[in-house]
Amino acid sequence: MERIPILRMGRFLLVTIQVDMHDQLALTLQDDLTQRIVADRARGVLMDISSLDVVDSFIGRMISNIAAMSRVLDAQTVVVGMQPAVAITLVELGLDLAGVRTALNVERGMALLQQSGA
Amino acid sequence: MAIDVQRVERSDELALKGGEDVVRLRQAVRERAVAVGFSLVDQTKIVTAASEIGRNTVQYGGGGTARLAIVTNGTRRGLRLEFSDNGPGIADLAQALQDGFTTGGGLGLGLSGAKRLCDEFDIQSEVGRGTRVSLVRWKPY
Amino acid sequence: MNTATAALAETLRKHESEILADWLKEQAAVPSRRNAVHDAETRTLSRDFLNAVQEALNGSGADNVGGSGYSRARDLLAELSASRAVQGQSPSETAMFVFSLKQPLFTWLRRDLEGDKLAEAMWAATLVIDRLGLFTTEAFQKSREEVIQRQQRELLELSTPVVELWDGILALPLIGTLDSGRTQVVMESLLEKIVQSGSTIAIIDITGVPTVDTLVAQHLMKTVAAARLMGADCIISGIRPQIAQTIVHLGVDLSAVTTKASLADAFMLALRRLGSRIEAAPARV
Repeated sequence: MERIPILRMGRFLLVTIQVDMHDQLALTLQDDLTQRIVADRARGVLMDISSLDVVDSFIGRMISNIAAMSRVLDAQTVVVGMQPAVAITLVELGLDLAGVRTALNVERGMALLQQSGA
Repeated sequence: MAIDVQRVERSDELALKGGEDVVRLRQAVRERAVAVGFSLVDQTKIVTAASEIGRNTVQYGGGGTARLAIVTNGTRRGLRLEFSDNGPGIADLAQALQDGFTTGGGLGLGLSGAKRLCDEFDIQSEVGRGTRVSLVRWKPY
Repeated sequence: MNTATAALAETLRKHESEILADWLKEQAAVPSRRNAVHDAETRTLSRDFLNAVQEALNGSGADNVGGSGYSRARDLLAELSASRAVQGQSPSETAMFVFSLKQPLFTWLRRDLEGDKLAEAMWAATLVIDRLGLFTTEAFQKSREEVIQRQQRELLELSTPVVELWDGILALPLIGTLDSGRTQVVMESLLEKIVQSGSTIAIIDITGVPTVDTLVAQHLMKTVAAARLMGADCIISGIRPQIAQTIVHLGVDLSAVTTKASLADAFMLALRRLGSRIEAAPARV
């Protein structure tokens, strides 16, 4: 079964989403990430969505879920690289993504994670 | 004399049975949105709306079809998407249209969100018969 | 199809090339800006239009000019109106394309028919041509609106520049009234600039905005929310006392947004957030 690769970078996990995910793939990613956070004792998760040109409510919920689950596991999540058109559409959709921290790119996201003591 | 006759320029049908079909739907809608000449933001809006309704068709409607049509209305061009399924239908449409994404008792179909992304939005549903949703986005001047 | 329409269609078919030639002469007699390219296009369009009208007459008669039978004829006229609008012609000049067909058509009808049959055929021709002429003016106006709106949009993009105030700090001084269309353009260019410049703070200054109503406030909030999703924070500055009152009055919740009275204050805050500050230079002795 295809999976989204999860890379380890020190104490953080980096997920780069580059494909248009179908729902099952998104759910698998959620599971995989949760397992890896525990297995690698990760303190932070960086989700790079700079290649996504559509984020609908399902993916939006996936992002919120990942952030919430990470928090429970004492890890911080930062979502980076959201495209302007996607941001505008999400706001119009009324999707909050509250509690999800964001940054412009992986570099900034990393800095954010390190700053917040992760 | 009716000047504004909506004419169909090009129309295709897509089967919506599983998650992969929704991915295919997004790509198909994107391709047609580009053909109509929508700006990137407007493309994203209609593709996202299609994704929302398409997913509903698969998950709550038990599968169905999507019809994609490039339409013209006088001198304007637009994209019309029609989704239909023979699923359980929605009992309280008014309520469903009000619900956001945080379900809290509602179906959480995200209909109100999808509606905001379109210029025209129409939904017909009958319990036990199925649901029909029609969305249109016009390319602005 | 009734006999009048049939007779009209028959005349058009029998004398198509003569009617076309006479019609082109009539069109040429109308004073307007023309050139060789324009003339070639007009010849092709006129011939296609005559074909489309014949098709329509045979298919749906003379009555339903708004129906699907005449869609090809209408499309050709819409195409004509659009290109004439861009060339700067007047609506009358453009409508004359259609109306100038009457004379040649009547001339040839008179050769084929007489008495009542002639009168009925001429009436059918008048109906069709008048309605198509009216359609041309409406299509022309729509095209003109299109051109104007497109130009407005371009002007808008030019007049809402996003300024890079400092490394990582953008400023968007808004001037004039904010409507839905304008705010969208503004929102998009701000977000694009955030990506391009890698800025993390955007100062939206509304000193130059005379009034803020619920819609404008909503649009501003949407812009702030979208920027935040991309990892940038917004500061809204230049809120005048009246606007502050309006905002409170409208019940708009600005608690999630940082606001500052002036752009200067906002800039100082932005610098502080990025870990910088401005100091007086040591006095030179």
